[in-house]
Parts: sequence; C-alpha cells; structure tokens
Amino acid sequence: MAASANNPLLIEVKDLQTYFFLHEGTVRAVDGVSFNIYEGRSLGVIGESGCGKSVTAQSMMRIVPSPPGREVGGSILMYLRDGNGAAEVVDVLKLPAGGPKMRSIRGQQIGMIFQEPMTSLSPLHTIGDQISENILIHEKGVTKKEARERTIEMLGRVGIPRPQRLVDAYPHQLSGGMRQRAMIAMALICGPRLLIGDEPTTALDVTIEAQILDLIKKLQADLGMALMYISHDLAVVGEMSDEIMVMYLGQVMEHSTTDEIFDNPLHPYTVALWRSIPTIEGKLERLVPISGSLPSPFAVLPGCRFFSRCDRRIPGVCDAAPPPLKEVVPGHLVRCFLYQ
Amino acid sequence: MLLYIIRRLLMLIPILILMSMVAFFLIELPPGDYVSFRIQQLKMSGVEVSEDEAQRLMIQFGLDKPLPLRYWQWVSGIVLRGNWGWSLQWNKSVNEILSERIPMTMVISFSALIFSWMIAVPIGIYSATHKYSIGDYLFTFLGFIGVATPGFLLALIMAWLLFTQLGFSALGLFSKEYLDAPWSWAKFVDLLKHLWLPLILVGLSNTAGTIRVVRNNLLDELNKQYVITARAKGLSEWKLLFKYPVRMAINPLLSTVSWVLPGLVSSTVLIDIVLSLQTVGPVLLRATLAQDMYLAGSIVLILSALTVIGALIGDILLVLVDPRIRFGRLAK
Ligand SMILES: Nc1ncnc2c1ncn2[C@@H]1O[C@H](COP(=O)(O)OP(=O)(O)OP(=O)(O)O)[C@@H](O)[C@H]1O
Ligand SMILES: [Mg+2]
Repeated sequence: MAASANNPLLIEVKDLQTYFFLHEGTVRAVDGVSFNIYEGRSLGVIGESGCGKSVTAQSMMRIVPSPPGREVGGSILMYLRDGNGAAEVVDVLKLPAGGPKMRSIRGQQIGMIFQEPMTSLSPLHTIGDQISENILIHEKGVTKKEARERTIEMLGRVGIPRPQRLVDAYPHQLSGGMRQRAMIAMALICGPRLLIGDEPTTALDVTIEAQILDLIKKLQADLGMALMYISHDLAVVGEMSDEIMVMYLGQVMEHSTTDEIFDNPLHPYTVALWRSIPTIEGKLERLVPISGSLPSPFAVLPGCRFFSRCDRRIPGVCDAAPPPLKEVVPGHLVRCFLYQ
Repeated sequence: MLLYIIRRLLMLIPILILMSMVAFFLIELPPGDYVSFRIQQLKMSGVEVSEDEAQRLMIQFGLDKPLPLRYWQWVSGIVLRGNWGWSLQWNKSVNEILSERIPMTMVISFSALIFSWMIAVPIGIYSATHKYSIGDYLFTFLGFIGVATPGFLLALIMAWLLFTQLGFSALGLFSKEYLDAPWSWAKFVDLLKHLWLPLILVGLSNTAGTIRVVRNNLLDELNKQYVITARAKGLSEWKLLFKYPVRMAINPLLSTVSWVLPGLVSSTVLIDIVLSLQTVGPVLLRATLAQDMYLAGSIVLILSALTVIGALIGDILLVLVDPRIRFGRLAK
C-alpha cells in the first residue's frame, strides 16, 4: 500500500488458511487472507460475525484452539528488529505453537486485548499479579518488586485511579471499563511492537468505549507501536485505523486506506455495510445486518462467497468461479467481478 | 473473616439441637424397643420371659419413662457431664465404646478422602487435557468398573489375596499384640501397616466420581477466556494449566467435603465389617438393629455434627481460596 511504504514492514501475512475440523465438517474460518502490518501504523479489520476476524488474529499469535483448529496454509512473516534496526525474519506458522520462540513473541512482541472484560482475567488472582506476570515471563532478572513497581506505573498510565491500591484488587472488584484498562496495561507492559484489539470495546457502554478508544490511540502514539483493530463497528474502525480491511466468510473482500474506502467503497458488500449505518445526522451507530443470511460455515461455494446476498450479482459469472483480489485503483484492493 | 466464622459457629447451635431431636426420635420410631428385642432373642434361645420380668427390665433400663423425659435426660447428660448414655446391648457406657472408634473412623475417612483426591486430581487433569485420548477412555472405563464393583467384594478379594499370597492378615486395624496396648511408636507403625488397605478401598469408592468432577470442571475452565489471555501473555502451557484453570477446577472439591466425609463413613460399613475394622459403621448397624437407642442416637448425632462442622470447614477453606466469595460475602 502506497501510503504505508515509508514505515518498515512488521508482519506480512500471506495466503493464510486456518480451518476448523469438526464432526459436522470443515469450517474454513480463514481462507487465503493476505495483508501487511507496518511499524507504528494501524489496520482496521471489519466484517460480520463469524467472518474470521478473531481467527486471523489468533493465528498470528498461534493461539487458535487446536484441536479442532489448525493453520493449514500460508505464512506469517514477522520482522523482529533489534536496537540497531537489523531484522530477523521468522515465519510464525513454522514455529511450534507452544515453543519458547513463539512464547517470546506472544506478550512481548504482540500484545492482545479481548472482547470480554468480565472473563478475560482470572478471578482468583489480583490484577497486579496477572500484569506483572507478563514482565516476569519475558524479562529475565527482573525482581518481583521491580515488576510490581512497573505494574503500578503502567496502571496509572492506563488511567486506573489509585494504582498503588488497585494493583492488589481482584477483577470482580473493578468495573468493566477498569478491567479493560487493566487488560490494556497487561498487553502493553512489555512494550510490544503490535497491539491487537479484538473488539475490546464491544462489551462496554458508549461513554466508556470512547474513553478506551482515546486511551488506545494515545498509547499507540506514545509507544510508537502498530495496531490491529478488529470490530463490527464501522465508525470505531474508521476512527482508529489508517487502513481498513473488509472480511467476509474467511476472505478479504476489500482493502484500502481509511479515507479511500469511506469515500469510494467498491465492493457491493462494503457498500451494503456502509449503507447500513445512518449517516444523515452523522450519528455513530452499530452495524445493522445486511439482508439475507450468512451461508452455512461448512458450505463450499464455487463462486463468490457473497453471491447469495449480493444485489449486483451476475448469474453465470459470479457463482461459477471465485473472483481474485485485484488492485483496481493504486492501493485499493477489491475481490469482485465488477472490477476485473 | 473472624466475624463470619463466629456467625457460622453460632448458627451451629440450633442446628445441633434440632439434629439431636431428630436422631433420638428417629431411632424411637420403629415399633418395639430394646426390651422387646431382648425378649425376642431370649425366646429364640428357648428361655421364656415372664410379664413381671419384662416389666422389671423396662424399669431397669428406664424405658417406662415418657419419651421427652428420656430425651432430656440423654441430652442434658451429654451437655452437662459429657456422658453419652449407656448402651443396653453392650452393657457399657457409650463413651467407652466410641472413644477409640470415632477417632479411628475419622482418621480412616479423612485419609481416604485425601487419598482419593491424590489419585483423582492428577487423573482428572490428565483426562481433561488429553480429552478423548486412549488414556482418557481407559481411566473412564476403570472409573466405571470402580463405581460398579461393590467395595466389600473388593475388600474380600484383597484380604484373601493378601492372606494367601503374602500370609499377611489385613483384618482389623492392629495386630493382636497391639490391640489393647497403650499407644506407642510401634503401635503407630502397626496401624500404618494395616491402614493402607481400608484407605485404598474406602478411598476408591470416592475416586471415580471425583475424577469425573475434576475432568468436567477442568474442561469447562480450559475454554474460558482467561486461559486464552494467559496463553497470549506467553506463559508456558504447564505453568498456565496449574496456575489458572486447575485451581479453578479443584476449588469446588472443597465444598464437597461436607457430604463426602459422612458419606464415606456410612457407605463403607460393609468394607468395615469385612475387614473387621474398629470403626463406628458396624456398631451403628448393630445398634440400630437392636434398637439400642442411646448408642445409635449418639452415633447419629456425632456423625451429623461432624457433617455440619465439615461443611463449615469446607466453606471456610473455599472462602480462603476464592477471593470472589471472600470479598463478596464479607462485604455484606
Ligand atoms: N474454537 C472454535 N471451534 C470451532 N469453530 C470455530 C472456533 N473458533 C471459531 N470458529 C469458527 O470460525 C469462524 C470464524 O470465527 P471468528 O471467531 O474468527 O469470527 P469473528 O469474525 O471473530 O466473529 P465475531 O465478530 O462474532 O467475533 C466461525 O464460523 C466460527 O464458527
Ligand atoms: Mg471475534
């Protein structure tokens, strides 16, 4: 993408395929997804429920539940830079998921925050324990006391009041918003190069959501890290991201810079998504589902996956062969026969 | 915390009073009493008992007094003088009969419980982390066999095997020479030598169920989001497993203490009889059959008291290990 070319490449996902092998059949949760993440930049991922957003992120962390899930194809190249800028390139998919190299990437190179602040933290351990654990795993020679000091500092930084006291609080003693702040502190405590937010504000109410979004943006700028932001919510993704990737049933349908994709959406699915938010009063609303229902996750479709719900489909073309992802305008990728 | 314990202890008092009544009246409930049981027995051995003689026995045993009065005498004896009454059947004081048996019963039940956990928790963890593996199926299969095999049968087989193969008499808790000896190191060692078999047999009856509980709890926990969070931190699988989901999965075991312990006492009466252990189970059985109400009543009361105390201990432990309960309940 032209706009990102100045920033060095951090992660290169190529043709990722992650399938779930269930009794009822195979779910191709992620089926040939490619994208790049650049240092310090943010990528928004959007799409309806079940389109494979979370599984994409889980694959990058190698935390896809296995069995039943497995990364069956593609590569995820990670550019690990040391202080001098020299990069070691590792294919994350070639590493053993539970091995030391992969574990050193998790938590240290990539931090992740999840949707459910209620269940994402262990109820039996204090938040301080769970946050400083991250330091103790990755940084040898740090004492518990130092880790605790840094945890308190980080808690203050993410806006938790009285961090000296709340470091010893249990998750159930905090509100949802506070818990999500603690999650952010946990994800960022080791200074990762990339923060993945998997719908981190979906479970929060609107005012808290705005605060958390501001916090994430501020911390991203302060720490100079990249951000991959997953959401259902167009307005949120638009606000958070430099570029946006639209997913549908395990595939990328459209990918471009945020401005371009908002001003000039090309794919009928993107257009339908855009139409589903009322923009007249400029109000930020949640995504309203598009007409028609999602095909079964087990379905193997010969043509375009959006065919059954598309209002501009071309029978005999769109359902005959899968459309390729094509760069129609420089820096604007679309998977649709209308633009071949 | 202290306040909580004190309140729970106070709540014990009315419960215990109620239990003593229930215990006493339940035992009185079946028709007949100890005298009619005695007369029946004498008749069967060919001795005729006259009406006068029967009347004399009734008065001697105090059975002519009304029920509430007898209850009062029994309870006040316990509370005021620590005297649990007189066993008509043994012609001994209840205190004397139970003084060794109650501690023995508790030792066996408690160590059996610990033993069954020591077996069941690792197997449960293995089965959950290796769901549907050969090992999981094997343990499930063995578990079902364990549930389906009566403990007393296993006891018989084991005792017989030990005796014929090793010449070791596994019966009782002590060798003959230590039976009435005062406590000494040698007697303790002798006890340990005999204890393991009943321990295993009694413990096994509880093991299969506990494996299922641990396995299912852990399977639930393994899918929880906080496990994924911990994994996303880069924690190694083993550390993660024991620090987070296993702790969550075994906490509920603590709350089962209260009903598992008395269950162990009563469900293993047959094992105790087969191995002729000096526990309360067999005594209770005989006392109930003979309507020896002070003895039976005392045992029932002691067992139920142990149950509620066990429940209290289980709850306190649970409060100690689970901060949600610790802060939630105490804040009120
Ligand atoms: N652990 C799993 N076992 C089986 N199938 C799974 C599992 N996780 C995800 N899937 C399947 O993979 C597909 C993609 O799921 P994913 O969670 O990535 O969707 P998503 O885009 O994140 O949706 P949402 O917006 O609801 O979070 C779905 O069809 C889902 O059923
Ligand atoms: Mg998701």
